Amino acid sequence: MTDLHRASLTQLSAALAAGECSSVELTRLFLGRIQRLDDRLNSFISVCAEQALDEAHAADRRRAAGEAGPLTGIPLAHKDIFCTDGVRTSCGSRMLDNFVAPYDATVVSRLKAAGAVMLGKTNMDEFAMGSSNETSYYGAVRNPWDPARVPGGSSGGSAAAVAARLVPAATGTDTGGSIRQPAALCGLTGLKPTYGRVSRYGMIAFASSLDQGGPLCQSAADAALLLQAMAGFDERDSTSIDHPVPDYSAMLDAPLSGLKIGLPREYFGAGLDPAVGERVDQAVRVYETLGARVREISLPNTTLAVPTYYVVAPAECSSNLSRYDGVRFGYRCEDPEDLMDLYKRSRGEGFGAEVKRRIMVGTYVLSAGYYDAYYLKAQKLRQLISDDFRRAFETVDLIAGPTSPSVAFPLGARLEDPIQMYLSDIYTIAANLAGLPALSLPCGFVDGLPVGLQLIGDYFTEDRLLNAAHRYQQETDWHERVPPGFDESSQAVGEGD
Amino acid sequence: MSLTRSDVEKIAHLARLALREEDIPGYARTLTAILDMVAQMNAVDTRDVTPMAHPLDAVQRLRPDEVTETDQRERFQAIAPQVEAGLYLVPRVIE
Repeated sequence: MTDLHRASLTQLSAALAAGECSSVELTRLFLGRIQRLDDRLNSFISVCAEQALDEAHAADRRRAAGEAGPLTGIPLAHKDIFCTDGVRTSCGSRMLDNFVAPYDATVVSRLKAAGAVMLGKTNMDEFAMGSSNETSYYGAVRNPWDPARVPGGSSGGSAAAVAARLVPAATGTDTGGSIRQPAALCGLTGLKPTYGRVSRYGMIAFASSLDQGGPLCQSAADAALLLQAMAGFDERDSTSIDHPVPDYSAMLDAPLSGLKIGLPREYFGAGLDPAVGERVDQAVRVYETLGARVREISLPNTTLAVPTYYVVAPAECSSNLSRYDGVRFGYRCEDPEDLMDLYKRSRGEGFGAEVKRRIMVGTYVLSAGYYDAYYLKAQKLRQLISDDFRRAFETVDLIAGPTSPSVAFPLGARLEDPIQMYLSDIYTIAANLAGLPALSLPCGFVDGLPVGLQLIGDYFTEDRLLNAAHRYQQETDWHERVPPGFDESSQAVGEGD
Repeated sequence: MSLTRSDVEKIAHLARLALREEDIPGYARTLTAILDMVAQMNAVDTRDVTPMAHPLDAVQRLRPDEVTETDQRERFQAIAPQVEAGLYLVPRVIE
């Protein structure tokens, strides 16, 4: 294999197992790419070269001892929302610019135990609040397909880094679309699992009833490998669900004949870029040739998802972020006059504009006398949105539609208008409100920019989502495209050190 | 609905956020726009709907009341802004 940087996780795993390369070689290769190419993207907040090489040596020793698993020696990156013992976890915020967690998140410790090598921590919207990765304290991330455009958010650093093949795969988190929307805008396969499938322990909380971690990968087969290591019950997360984890890779090749796919008519109406809709229609036709039966369905409460989300998410955010008070960890203002001044200035200076905006929306909707009109109302609508899906899954196995209403938009285009930004997630938010698993996979290009197809499944059907995505990827090669300018041959430039 | 400057100042106080003077009109405008968007919720009659507590109807797990954490005070305090003799320091609260 000559172009290791283009190789999928699955191929790298096989190459390591066959002794065609070592983890140290792979780690050097990808560290070299980050060093040479990330100036163009700003996709990493921290790179841990020395520690990564130590881990790679350990992985190679483990393999020599005959104790390697499929991820042993594979280089990965974590979204900078996952706590990593000894390595700064900033969450994209000035508030945590100096925060070094004294423990690992469960996702991190599980991947560490599997022998994966952490190359670094990826850039993200501040506290995962954003759909463009422009709210980061560490600056905007650029889309490798067009550096004048956003990569999506909030897991924009992970998406840009994997799309540019600076790392073979990365972790992300999804509260309202933060894995799927950047996956769509960067041409990747990204999965948000069922609520409770992946532990939230050590994953910095934004909206606890919606947050879920998942993989951002080049293909569904890769996502299956990564999810296998991430998923499972964790007693340290009070909302973790004790439900068996199937063998995701074993299910990938199952035939799709007879699979019933529903197309919600509300996902194809006004607001959808017609060119994006066309690519989605073409992908649906591929499913028909694979034997799937496609029918139109209705999710009548679709338009309520965005308003409901912008009560629930800010309310939970204002509560979760009250812990940042300048006392025990994180940013503290200079020379506070008294305790109130310490709180207010530490928070006012430590948080960026979008985070402050959402804290204030949450504070408003939870303030005395408003609970019934806002939070309670939203939780009732959430039930109605969830009921729509329950009825749909009585007649179909999967729901398909666009992930995002448009391709990647220019940097700055929606920054001054929060409502426009929020509407980027119009098709992704409902799965979070209902707690359902959903996946985005690349299904074509419009003007050289990737388009994402979203598949939503019933609870705990990650295996079926990955299976459906994998079968599509056997028929198409959208997922193998690498952005021009990032496909340098590893031999031409030598192996980075 | 339209939030005024004093509404924003009151919310910011409740949220313990110091805002810069020049940012307040922008917050008044965007918070108003968000609350107007959220008001679409009112179009739906939800009198007979039970609010969702958990998408999978899961309930809080219980565990035996036993000590499971070890003392890591020194590690935790190593990342604190100001500590002394094992205590977190803040400005004087009681005169």
